[in-house]
Amino acid sequence: MIHRNKQSVSSTTLIEKVVPILLFAAAFISVLTTIGIVFTLIFETVLFFREVPVREFFTGTVLRPLSPVEPQYSILPLIMGTMLTTIIAMFVAIPIGLTTAVYLSEYASKSARKILKPMIEVLAGIPTIVYGFFAFTFVTPVLREIIPGLSATNALSPGIVMGIMIIPLVASLSEDAMNSVPNSMREGAMALGATQLEVTFRVVIPAAISGIIASFVLGISRAIGETMIVTIASGSSKNFTFDVTQSMQTMTAYIVEVTSGDAAAGTTIYYSLYAVAMTLFLFTLTMNLLARYISKRFREVY
Amino acid sequence: MEYIDLNSVKKRMDKRIFLNKLVKVLFLGSTLFGLVVLAILLYRVAVDSMGWLSMDFLTNLLSTSADRAGIRGAIMGTLWLMLIVGPVTMILGVGTAIYLEEYAKRGKLHSFIQTNIANLAGVPSIVFGILGLTIFVRMFGFGASVIAGGLTMSLLVLPIVVVAAQEAIRSVPGYLREASFGMGATKWQTIKNVVLPTAIPGILTGVILALSRAIGETAPLVVIGIPALLIPVPTGITDNFTALPMQIYYWTLDSVMTAEYANLAAATIVVLLVVLFLLNSVAILIRNKFQKRF
Repeated sequence: MIHRNKQSVSSTTLIEKVVPILLFAAAFISVLTTIGIVFTLIFETVLFFREVPVREFFTGTVLRPLSPVEPQYSILPLIMGTMLTTIIAMFVAIPIGLTTAVYLSEYASKSARKILKPMIEVLAGIPTIVYGFFAFTFVTPVLREIIPGLSATNALSPGIVMGIMIIPLVASLSEDAMNSVPNSMREGAMALGATQLEVTFRVVIPAAISGIIASFVLGISRAIGETMIVTIASGSSKNFTFDVTQSMQTMTAYIVEVTSGDAAAGTTIYYSLYAVAMTLFLFTLTMNLLARYISKRFREVY
Repeated sequence: MEYIDLNSVKKRMDKRIFLNKLVKVLFLGSTLFGLVVLAILLYRVAVDSMGWLSMDFLTNLLSTSADRAGIRGAIMGTLWLMLIVGPVTMILGVGTAIYLEEYAKRGKLHSFIQTNIANLAGVPSIVFGILGLTIFVRMFGFGASVIAGGLTMSLLVLPIVVVAAQEAIRSVPGYLREASFGMGATKWQTIKNVVLPTAIPGILTGVILALSRAIGETAPLVVIGIPALLIPVPTGITDNFTALPMQIYYWTLDSVMTAEYANLAAATIVVLLVVLFLLNSVAILIRNKFQKRF
């Protein structure tokens, strides 16, 4: 009996020692993932810059990797495409997301809020490929009726659809920020005779501004990294232009084009994939860190 | 002596109240905008898929002729993908959460891992695709197989499971643990027999949400080179495969040349959305049924 007990105790202590190590290993996988991402991107990007001068990459305006005569690698056309689709998306997502948040947190009755909020969040759960299909087969044809010069692939339609996709993100984060503004502040303003509108814009929004701006920044980050909608609907012309009615390519769409084109490992175009991915990664990482910083640094404490 | 001009006060008041009411209507309209778009989207997909969604469509293999094309391969591929993503994220995610909540000392390492997970959640999915392409497809030589796709997708959705599991574990009240310790149980015995069973609904909800994200994600699969050729239905984790979103992607692109492909894409979207809807309903059911307040 004692012998058996001893045995079970010793196996128990062994388990007690091994389990934390295994669990730490599991936790360390996420760190390894980050290390994996950063190192693969850095290594291949360095190889890319051995072949293409940094200056050409960042200041040139021509991207034609497949040209047999004189391939040129500049990321500016892709940054332009990404910027334009992102700006269009934010023109849709910021006003609609913010007013939705104001409505839900300041105007809507409890029961209306209970129905509306989950319904809007459905938008966030729809796969981006479905949005891509929607942009390509519905929004673009409708826009072409309105804007005659609109190309079959353009920056406008995916930008708008991407904005719709981002509405719930902006709305729910801004609403969280507004909800954390204490009611005593609203009541104080109301007692002075302010209308709901005045309370919202002079008290609640200023008080919640850090959370609201953080939600905008996260929305921008999401738009920069979004892939399928722009791949399908914005085309693959590497134009350096402000004309949103024309076909253009984003950083993410370029990555898709290169990887699905079976670029042989070791070629310059293969390495350019990593240079673009690195730029994309740095852009979104900066945005995400910025959002965290804003919401932490400027958080009002009540 | 009149210091206050009542007329102008009333005018101002009326204006302010009117503005408030107007804005209320405008903001409600803007809230409904998203829902209207959602309705149009669903309506379009439903109309486009009408007549194309049939039993044959679900069970047929891909075909070059639109009339006979089906998505059996894509359905099986998605199921195989889930077979990897489910267990892998569950083990890694719950392991990470237990480590962070129960074992790790609150210090630099703890906050480093925590920050790292938060940052990973914000990395675009296409970057995970590049990671999968470089590490799993090329370095490990898995090719565009179920295992390569599954592992890539697992890393992508891991933060969802970790955060949900952490919350579930955190909400297990301390007195349950103390009671267990008081009975002479060790730390791991307490976790295994008390904490995890209590936290399981929250953990399951997280895993299901992660799965439904993985089912709809396309970008990483495109990047690691998942084909939409006429490939055989996968029978093992090293086989090539295709998945529902990939099928939608290729058919959407091909709809420029052959209009029927738009219908096939729409029909596949219906299938995908139904699967996602079912998964989310299960997640909500679990949450509601097992929601305990201590």
